[in-house]
Amino acid sequence: MKRRSFLKGTMASSAVAVAVGAGLLNPRNVLAAWPQGAFDAKSFQDAMTGLFGSADNTASGDIQIKAPDIAENGAVVPVTVNTKMTNVSAIAIVAEKNGQPLAANFELAANAKGTVSTRIKMGKTMDVVAVVKSGGKLYTARKNVKVTIGGCGG
Amino acid sequence: MANSIRIRAQISGDTATVKALITHPMETGQRKDKKTGNKIPAHFIQEVKCEHGGKVVVNAQWGAAVSKNPYLSFAFSGAKAGDTVKLSWVDNKGESDTAEAKVK
Repeated sequence: MKRRSFLKGTMASSAVAVAVGAGLLNPRNVLAAWPQGAFDAKSFQDAMTGLFGSADNTASGDIQIKAPDIAENGAVVPVTVNTKMTNVSAIAIVAEKNGQPLAANFELAANAKGTVSTRIKMGKTMDVVAVVKSGGKLYTARKNVKVTIGGCGG
Repeated sequence: MANSIRIRAQISGDTATVKALITHPMETGQRKDKKTGNKIPAHFIQEVKCEHGGKVVVNAQWGAAVSKNPYLSFAFSGAKAGDTVKLSWVDNKGESDTAEAKVK
């Protein structure tokens, strides 16, 4: 009996530890708006879960990504995401194979247009994924960018 | 900090397009100092907020993967010439800066 309750106890606490590890219960999420867990995440799925609470997404043709086909310098890759969707509340830019894939997330007010541009670092050749949150759902588009010199090393 | 933000807002119809350049090292925390071999500590902008008429229009959350001396651009409707657009950023060391620009 004692052994059983001990086992139960450890299992419950390890479940909490896993949740913290995945960024679900990250204390910073409560204190500050900056989603530490999402930016620390090592995979696209974990980053989306940390940022939007879910990684479920639908590929959409209504999202355009403007980025170079070949980036000579991975340290500076200009990326523009443009969508004609309505009710866009956020646009995230993810460099899928970076050590920490999530590069940037833009929370948009109702009067903001569905267009954001920035410049990101890319470690190697990979897909840039644009994630658009519209009406509570996630839509994605991707574009492959060839990187000749990585931008994450030194 | 001396002003680190260059911001411009241009109007077309009722849509203002804001372009901004921020001077910031955006250190990832993964680079090594070539002389000492020690890692250079992470130093990057975490949040960029843009306000128009007292309302937040865009609130950007950035990771270290945004390039050095970051550039950003976005657009919003409901603006007119002469309005003030305010941009501010905060980095992971708690440093911050703010700049304003008139919509032209």
